[in-house]
Amino acid sequence: MVIGLSHYLVVAAMLFIIGVFGIFVNRKNVIVILMCVELILLAVNINFVAFSAHMPVMPGVNPIDGQIFALFILTVAAAEAAVGLAILVVYFRNRGNIQVEDADLMKG
Amino acid sequence: MMEAVRLMAPELILAGQTIFVVLISLFVKSGKQADVMRWIAIIMLVVFALSGFLLGRPEGTSFNGLLAVDDFGHYSKLVIGLTAALALVFTRPYFKAEGLDRFEFSVLMIYAVLGMSIMVSANNLLALYIGLEMQALSLYIMAAFNRDSLRASEAGLKYFVLGALSSGLLLYGASLIYGFTGHLDFGGIAASIEANGMSVGIVGGMVFMMCGLAFKISAAPFHMWTPDVYEGSPTPVTGFFASAPKFAAMALIARLLFGPLEDIFSQWQQVVAALALVSMFVGAIGALSQRNIKRLMAYSSIANMGYALVPLAAGTVFGLRGMLIFMTIYVVTAIGVFAGILQMRIRNGMVEQISDLAGLSETNRPMAIVMTIFFFSLAGIPPLLGFFGKLFAFWPAVDAGLWWLVVAALVASVIGAFYYLRVIKTIWFDEPAQEFVSAPRSLRWITTGSAIALILIIALPFVAIPVQGLIDSAAASLF
Repeated sequence: MVIGLSHYLVVAAMLFIIGVFGIFVNRKNVIVILMCVELILLAVNINFVAFSAHMPVMPGVNPIDGQIFALFILTVAAAEAAVGLAILVVYFRNRGNIQVEDADLMKG
Repeated sequence: MMEAVRLMAPELILAGQTIFVVLISLFVKSGKQADVMRWIAIIMLVVFALSGFLLGRPEGTSFNGLLAVDDFGHYSKLVIGLTAALALVFTRPYFKAEGLDRFEFSVLMIYAVLGMSIMVSANNLLALYIGLEMQALSLYIMAAFNRDSLRASEAGLKYFVLGALSSGLLLYGASLIYGFTGHLDFGGIAASIEANGMSVGIVGGMVFMMCGLAFKISAAPFHMWTPDVYEGSPTPVTGFFASAPKFAAMALIARLLFGPLEDIFSQWQQVVAALALVSMFVGAIGALSQRNIKRLMAYSSIANMGYALVPLAAGTVFGLRGMLIFMTIYVVTAIGVFAGILQMRIRNGMVEQISDLAGLSETNRPMAIVMTIFFFSLAGIPPLLGFFGKLFAFWPAVDAGLWWLVVAALVASVIGAFYYLRVIKTIWFDEPAQEFVSAPRSLRWITTGSAIALILIIALPFVAIPVQGLIDSAAASLF
């Protein structure tokens, strides 16, 4: 069997859905949510690289664009994880735990 | 060479400024650090806001085609820069009183504005994403800036989680659009859609991107973070959240929809109209039961984003103009209201319940009058600018034949009028609760200034006509 573009897209779509569901269904731990965010970004990266590798030759199209985008996403994801974990540490100091269901000080 | 510098001047000013501020802070005594840096930041933000106009409104692309420089960008940067400068002015008394006065806040503010500046002039999906993330990452930290407060850190955490999810959705849409058109730059995407027609992938990508952007402007059904983040964040930060980032995200949506996705208008029109309809009603009905004035303003901003999407659904240059007018008036009102909320301080700290405003007309007549002007304007009572904002927002939709959307918007405005009027009733007819301590002069200047700007009769000859000209050329530059 030849592995084509659609196979990669299906894997990426599955990872994306797992990531999104993980954020909404997960009721336990904020760290799991951060992992789900990374999963979503991973799905997007697979999409970009697969599209870029399978891009047909067209005038005015530089197929490397998608791979450059993937590198930028990796960089931003690192920055995002740093900011997210920093906020999480601050929250843990004030609250004493990081259970999702305990983050309910404000409601309405 | 000089031409290139002229085109990228606004971004260069801000990027250079961040390095400069961090370096200078090493040489300033720690007691004065925050004040000195704040004043430098305010001056540079004003320079940034005016830079496009000082340089004679250059047109073209900068950074190798990543950013488009045009009147739309100049106008958006003007509004964003001035709003951010005002927001920095009103952080001062609050942060001083709460013992939060650190110079890093000014640096974060400049980074956020730099991100917004890239957003409003994005000409490429990559620039769009980088700008959006740069702005969002700074805003997450600003929300949690009061790091000893459980509320603020919870607000920061919620904002971060949902913001990260929204950028994931946006990116997934961007990857689909890239895959099905082969281009990242807006011109290439538009050309590809025009040549090859639309496909399911492009429409799906557009829907994902709109979901991600709807999070950023807090349009329902992606609004759930808004009330919590508005309530938990420090009040001046909330005031900033309600103004400049909203304007930047709306401008970005306009640029995306009227630029690369212009040819799939009939597809995105449905998405925009649906977002507008849901937001207006969620905002209007959600606000009815609120007791906290910051949560009330959160629902009010959800409803207002709904109104701002109505003219975009018309898809005409007239509609884009209506959106810019509405957003400008909304930003002026939001800054004024939050400067007013910041004056709600009693001897032992800030209060933020609506009932704390009771009897304001007897204890503090001037503040009662300006707050009344703001809420009448938000409700859309005719002599005030808020009415004209809604008029220019709904008119293009009527022209485009979207009668049902305009009728829904009017119904939502009437529901909205109820809770705005309830605040006014509390101010004028309830028994006085407690007296506020006298507010710093800078806050009183901001509230009075924006209240005067909202009284159309005074504002018309001096402000409204030149601004109208700017908005017209800004809207025309996207077509």
